[in-house]
Amino acid sequence: MALTLDDVKRVAHLARIAINDAEAKATHAQLTGIFELIAQMEAVAVSAIEPMPHAQDLVQRLRADAVTEANQREQFQAVAPQVDAGLYLVPKVIE
Amino acid sequence: MKWEIVIGLETHAQLSTASKIFSGASTAFGAEPNTQACAVDLALPGVLPVLNHGAVERAIRFGLAVGAKINRRSVFARKNYFYPDLPKGYQISQYELPVVEGGSLTIRVGDAEKTVRLTRAHLEEDAGKSLHEDFQGTTGIDLNRAGTPLLEIVSEPDMRSSDEAVAYAKALHALVRWIGICDGNMQEGSFRCDANVSVRPVGQKEFGTRCEIKNLNSFRFLEKAIDYEVRRQIEVIEDGGTIRQETRLYDPDKDETRSMRSKEDAHDYRYFPDPDLLPLAVSEETLEAIRKALPELPQAKQARFAASYGVTAYDAAVLTSSRELADFFEGAAQKADAKAAKLCANWITGQLNARLNDEALDITQSKVSAPQLRRLVDRIADGSISGNAAKTVFDAIWAGEANGEDAADIVIKNKGLQQISDAGTIEKIVDDVLAANAPQVADYKAGKEKAFNSLVGQAMKATKGKANPQQVNEILKRKLSS
Amino acid sequence: MQPEPQLATLRQLSDGFAAGKFSCVEVTQEFLNKIKELNSSLNCFISVDAQRSLAQARAADAQRAAGKAQLLTGVPLAQKDIFCAQGWLTTCGSKMLSNFVSPYDAHVIERFNAAGAVNLGKTNMDEFAMGSSNETSFYGPVKNPWDTTRVPGGSSGGSAAAVAARLAPAATGTDTGGSIRQPAALTGICGLKPTYGVVSRYGMIAFASSLDQGGPMARTADDMGLMLNVMAGFDARDSTSLQRDAEDYTRELANPLAGLRIGLPKEFFGAGAAPDVSRAVESAIAEYRKLGCETVEVSLPNMALSVPVYYVLAPAEASSNLSRFDGVRYGHRARDYTDLTDMYEKTRAEGFGAEVKRRILIGAYVLSHGYYDAYYIRAQKLRRLIAQDFTEAFKQCDVIMGPTSPSTAFKIGEKAGDPVQMYLSDIYTIAVNLAGLPGMSIPCGFDSGGLPVGLQIIGNYFAEARMLNVAHQYQLATDWHQRAPKGIEEIAR
Repeated sequence: MALTLDDVKRVAHLARIAINDAEAKATHAQLTGIFELIAQMEAVAVSAIEPMPHAQDLVQRLRADAVTEANQREQFQAVAPQVDAGLYLVPKVIE
Repeated sequence: MKWEIVIGLETHAQLSTASKIFSGASTAFGAEPNTQACAVDLALPGVLPVLNHGAVERAIRFGLAVGAKINRRSVFARKNYFYPDLPKGYQISQYELPVVEGGSLTIRVGDAEKTVRLTRAHLEEDAGKSLHEDFQGTTGIDLNRAGTPLLEIVSEPDMRSSDEAVAYAKALHALVRWIGICDGNMQEGSFRCDANVSVRPVGQKEFGTRCEIKNLNSFRFLEKAIDYEVRRQIEVIEDGGTIRQETRLYDPDKDETRSMRSKEDAHDYRYFPDPDLLPLAVSEETLEAIRKALPELPQAKQARFAASYGVTAYDAAVLTSSRELADFFEGAAQKADAKAAKLCANWITGQLNARLNDEALDITQSKVSAPQLRRLVDRIADGSISGNAAKTVFDAIWAGEANGEDAADIVIKNKGLQQISDAGTIEKIVDDVLAANAPQVADYKAGKEKAFNSLVGQAMKATKGKANPQQVNEILKRKLSS
Repeated sequence: MQPEPQLATLRQLSDGFAAGKFSCVEVTQEFLNKIKELNSSLNCFISVDAQRSLAQARAADAQRAAGKAQLLTGVPLAQKDIFCAQGWLTTCGSKMLSNFVSPYDAHVIERFNAAGAVNLGKTNMDEFAMGSSNETSFYGPVKNPWDTTRVPGGSSGGSAAAVAARLAPAATGTDTGGSIRQPAALTGICGLKPTYGVVSRYGMIAFASSLDQGGPMARTADDMGLMLNVMAGFDARDSTSLQRDAEDYTRELANPLAGLRIGLPKEFFGAGAAPDVSRAVESAIAEYRKLGCETVEVSLPNMALSVPVYYVLAPAEASSNLSRFDGVRYGHRARDYTDLTDMYEKTRAEGFGAEVKRRILIGAYVLSHGYYDAYYIRAQKLRRLIAQDFTEAFKQCDVIMGPTSPSTAFKIGEKAGDPVQMYLSDIYTIAVNLAGLPGMSIPCGFDSGGLPVGLQIIGNYFAEARMLNVAHQYQLATDWHQRAPKGIEEIAR
C-alpha cells in the first residue's frame, strides 16, 4: 500500500492545497517515512476489537429546540475578506 | 425495443424546528442575508455543534409513521467537500448508521395501489444558498439556510414511471405535513427531490446506469425532468451510446436536463464519524412517548372514515389528502348519521372544494366553517330546504351574510327559503291546483303522463317553489289515483 | 515572606492583592514591562494589548475595593493563542488567521473573565497546535529561557516559556498528544492535561477534536488547581463536555501520600529515554518512596503503537477540522486567483505552513476511499487496546509515573527536517490522550547541561485532585519547581 506521487497530488487536490511538482516530490518523500511509521499498526490483529471513536462511552446530549442566537452579521462580517449587501462574495460558482 | 423505467427518489424535507439542527439560530425563511447565521453556522474557528432535540423527535415521528425501524443508536458523520455554501468544508450527516431504516409508503396511481419501499431516512444539515445574479463575476453566499435540519428520505428504486414518482412524492409530501414535521412549502425549498433515473430493456434483471437529477422543487418539474431524462437515456442507448453515471440539473426554461459541471470531480467524501458529536441514543421511553403522540395516520383514518361514516373509498381518500381537510370533515360530520355524513362528504369534495380552488384558499381558510356546513347539511337532511336553496344558503354564508353556528338557519329565515313540508298545507294546495286545472287532470287520467309534470309545476308555482317537491309528487299521485 | 510579584505564585499574588501589598494594575504593568523587555528575544507572545490588559486590571482593582473579589480577581494570566478571545487577534500560530480578531470568547476565556483574571496576552504556539517544538508557528520559533538556542517544546511552547521566564505567573495550554506536558517538561514548569471532557473545547480552535483538551500551566501544583477550578466545568455548547458536579481541585493537596501505589510501566523505563532523563525520573520516584509510596511494575504493552495510531487519528480529524479555513468568511485569502478552486488552493497553500499541510494530506489520505478501513478504523481499534492497557494498569496502582519526554530540550532546527523523529518525541504522552486520561508533568531535576527534566504523572479518569495532591506533596519535599532559568531572578529585580 505504498503511497505514490499521484496519491500526494490527488489528496492535495481533495484538500484544496495547491502543490507544484517539486513540493509534491518533497512531500512524497516525507509522507513515505511517516507511513512507514504508521505501518507498525499492521503488526496487531484487530478483527475482534470495537473501534473507539471517543474517549468516553457516552451518548449525545440534546439541546432544546429554542432560538438563542441574535443577528450579529456586522461583527461577523467585519473579519470577512469580501462582502457585499450582506453576502459573502466568492469567485463565480458554476453549477 | 421496449424499455422499463426505474426511478428512486431522495427527498430532502426541512424539519419544522424553530432553531437549527446544531445551533440556536432561527430557521425562519426570508430573513435578510446572513442575519440568521450564527457563529456555529458560519463555522467560526472553535465553535461546536449540539444536536437539536426537535429535529431528532421529528425524524423518529417520520420513522414510526412509515413503519420503519428506529435505530436505538445512530451516528453522525462528516461528509467532506469544499463548496462556498458549506462553511465547515463538511456536511454533518448520517452515513453508516441512520436514525431511520426501512419502512414503506403506499401510493395510488389511478385505481392501482402500490407500495414503495423506503431504504432509510437520516438527519443532516442543509447548506447555505449561492446567489449568482447581481454580483459581477462573483457569487454571493447567504448562510441563513446553513444548518437548517433536513430529513433525507431515500426510497428504493421501486417506481416505474414519472406518474408513480409524482404519486410517491405527493404521498410523502402529504405525510410529512400530516405528521407535522415539515411545512411542505416547495417554493421555499422546504421539500425537494432528487430523482435517480435509469432505463433497462423490459425483462432485463440488472439495473441500467443511473443519473441523478438534483433539486426538483415542484411535482411538475419532477415529472417533466424524469420524462426528459428517460427520453434522453433511451435515445443515447438506441444510438449506440452508453449512459455515464452523473449528476444532472433540470432546466425548467428549456425543459431539459444537463450535466452539472461542479459535480464532475470524482467524489471522495472521506466520511468518518464526527468526533464533535456522540452517538445518538433513542430510549424505549422516548420512542413510546412519540408513538403515543403520533396523530392517526392517513391510511388508518381513511379506513375509519369508510367504516364509521359510510363514505365511499374514493371520498375517504380525498378527505384524507391532508390532515386539515380530514379534521374539517370530522368537525362537520361528527355524530352524523350515514345520510348526513355522506352529504358532508359530498359538499366538502364538491361545492366547498370548488370554491376554495376558485379563490386559491386552503381548507383552513374556508369561509364556511365545519359546524356551519353541518347545520346546512342537517337542514337538507330534515327537508327544511331544497338542494337548490342549500346552494343559495352556502353562497350567503360564504359571502359573510350570516355568522355563527346557526348561520344556515339565519339565511333560511331571512331569505324565506324554508320548504313547505307540512302535509296538510301541501294537500290543500294540491286540492286547489286540481280544482283549477280540470283539463290537465283529465289529460293525465287519459294517459298523458306529461300532464302530471304540469300539475307539479302549478303546485310549486303556487308555493313560490317552497313546497317540498317530493311531497308534492306523492300527494298529487295519491289524489289522482283515487 | 511575600516574594516579588514577578516571582510570586497565583496564590501569593491573590494574597498580596487581598493584603493590599500591591494593586492588580501595578502587577499587570510589571508583567507587561517584562514582556516588553524579553519578548523580542524569547518570542513567547503573539499579541500583547496593554490597554486591554490594564483595563481588566483596573476593573479587578475596583472589584477588590468593592469587596467582591474572587480568588483569581486581578491575577494576570497568559492565554494560548488557540483560545478565541473577543476583540483579541486570535491566530492559532497561523498565517491563515493572522488577521482574525475573534468576535467571541471561548468558554475558558469566559470563565477567566468571570473570575476576574487579567489577560496578559496571547502566547505563541505551533501552528494549529501541530508540533512539538514551537518551530511551526507562523510567528517564528519560541526560545527556551533555559537556553535560547533550544526549543521550549510544543505546541504550548509560548505559554511554557512565558511561565518559565516569569513573564506570566501562569498560562493556559492545550494538549492533543502532549502539547501541555512536553513543553512544561522542557521548560521546567508544571502542566496538567485534564480528563477529556472536563474543560470545554468551545472556542478552542480544534486540532483533533477527540483528543484536544485545555489545561493549566503554572509553577506549582497548587496554582494548577486554582486554575483548573476556573477552567473545568460543564458547558452546554460542547457535546463532549461532561456533566459532573463542580469540584475543588485543591481539596486533596494536603493529604499525605503514605500508601499511594505508583505504577511504573516497564515501557517507560527502557532504552528510549536519555540517561539523564531516566536518572532524574528515578530519583523523583525514590523521593516518592521516601514519602511513603509503594511502587509496582505495570505494563502498557501497546504503548509503542500510540505514535502510529495518533498519526492516523489526529491528522484525519485535523484534515476535516481545518477545511473551514477556505478564505470565504474570515482569515487569509489569496490575492490572485483565476476561479473558485484556484482561490481555495492558493489560499490554503499560502495560509498553512508545511507541517499543517503535511498533516492535512496524511489525514485526507487515510480517510480517502479504499484506505479508510486499513488506516482509520484500524487506528480506532488500536486506540481501544491502548486505553484498555491503562484500565488494566490502574487495577494495580493509583497513579502511573514515568518521563514526560524522552529527552530534554533539543536545539532549534535539530529535528525540524525530520518529522518522524519529531513525532517520536511525544512517545510518552500520546497514549494518555488516546485513552482520554488526565496527565501531568512536573519538574524533577536537570540534565548534565542544566536543562530541566519533567516527571509525568498519569491518573485514572477524573483523578485530577489526587494527581495535584501527588504533585503538591513532592513540591513540599523538593524545590525543582522553584528553580528559574539563569538571569531570571536578576531580571525580576
